[in-house]
Amino acid sequence: MISGASRTPLLSARSLAKSYGGRPACQQVSMSIDEGEVLAIVGESGSGKSTLLNLLSGRLAPDTGEVRYRMRDGVERDLARLSEAERRLLARTDWGFVHQDAALGLRMNVSAGGNIGERLMAVGDRHYGQIRDTAANWLTRVEIGIDRIDDKPTAYSGGMRQRLQIARNLVTSPRLVFMDEPTGGLDVSVQARLLDLIRGLVADLGLAVVLVTHDLAVARLLSHRIIVMKEGHVIETGLTDRVLDDPQAPYTQLLVSSVLAA
Amino acid sequence: MTAHPDTIALVVEDLGKSFTLHMHGGTRLPVVSQVGFEVHAGECVVLGGPSGAGKSSILKMLYGNYLAGSGHIRVRHGRALVDIVEAEPRAILDIRRMTLGYVSQFLRVIPRVPAIEIVAEPALAAGVERTAALERASGLLHALNLPERLWRLPPATFSGGEQQRVNIARGFAGEHSILILDEPTASLDAVNREAVIGLMAARKATGTAFVGIFHDEEVRARVADRIIDVSAFAAREAA
Repeated sequence: MISGASRTPLLSARSLAKSYGGRPACQQVSMSIDEGEVLAIVGESGSGKSTLLNLLSGRLAPDTGEVRYRMRDGVERDLARLSEAERRLLARTDWGFVHQDAALGLRMNVSAGGNIGERLMAVGDRHYGQIRDTAANWLTRVEIGIDRIDDKPTAYSGGMRQRLQIARNLVTSPRLVFMDEPTGGLDVSVQARLLDLIRGLVADLGLAVVLVTHDLAVARLLSHRIIVMKEGHVIETGLTDRVLDDPQAPYTQLLVSSVLAA
Repeated sequence: MTAHPDTIALVVEDLGKSFTLHMHGGTRLPVVSQVGFEVHAGECVVLGGPSGAGKSSILKMLYGNYLAGSGHIRVRHGRALVDIVEAEPRAILDIRRMTLGYVSQFLRVIPRVPAIEIVAEPALAAGVERTAALERASGLLHALNLPERLWRLPPATFSGGEQQRVNIARGFAGEHSILILDEPTASLDAVNREAVIGLMAARKATGTAFVGIFHDEEVRARVADRIIDVSAFAAREAA
């Protein structure tokens, strides 16, 4: 067994900082994530957790600090030094990004099959029959009936859109997926189904996931490790069950004790 | 580090813990201090002492679920002795996958996952092939008398005793060389208590080490090789 410490992490960030108009949204954040690891970033709105996610995924440039990613060829690269073409290729192949609002992650006027096929075509797949088969296969994996393959996401329910968004992201076999409140705004029963699906896929595919959520129950169910943020700072980090069951920082204790146990 | 014989599974040294309640003016609640004991392969050590003495807290520290305030918890993981107190989260997860199992008092139900899958999961995580893992899960559910019609159902609607049997089966399904048991028999009837004692005896015979809490005196007397009175480690309030 290879020990985690001696290997280069998949993604690592050092001293990330970002301000909006002089207001710091993210300050001195360092972290790393390995293959197959699920890291939850939790905090209340305005804590900087979404800013951190956007910095880590290269959607936002940091004021200071750097994010490094180990590419499929094993070479570690500084995100800021990638060309625009390299960054786009990374985002549509080796990475996924699941938005809370499915409309941001899907083409709402393109069929479900087309939404999945588009990522495949972007990496050079041209065989229509194969693309359609792969799309159908992925719809099944995310529990969407194949008879819905030609429907547009506008005709889908919220939970189905989210599952379609996940299929679109996973079709290129990414190693790292960013998720921004993937179950936010869904009904509880729909949420449970989606969480179960994500849990299964993450384990089966050995995905690394950076998951932003304000829901500690979601973090407990899905993540191995947790980062607690407040006002742009990392307040506490550690093993998920340790942080939730024996929180050390005053803010984490407040956060954990504020949740109603069902 | 001092030399330990090969049969050592777990060494606890000078372990201490207190809670600081920041929501309550920083009140400090001392739990235990200077806890020390060893557990060997094939041995069952039971933590005794009155309720509130810190038995559960010690078990949770052994598992890395609670943060130790001081001291060491050295666990034989493969050929190395790894200190849980200082281990990185990733190392603790690896230890939990391969070496250290934990059976809590209650099953944490995962929506939509059938009982048999919940039980098989630790075996799969340890690298056991799927058919073999499911076979092992079936064997355990059988041994614990869970009706077969329930195996494919998610345990959310099961009774407390049924859920606890799923929980115990899950705890025994992995490849762990050390099992931590926090009152596993509390909600079981006599027949199933007997089943748990049987499962423990079988695992002890193959070298699994146990650390546990058992309130039922008869069960305790039958499973314990040694009983450690935790009140000896009562925390003294630091100045």
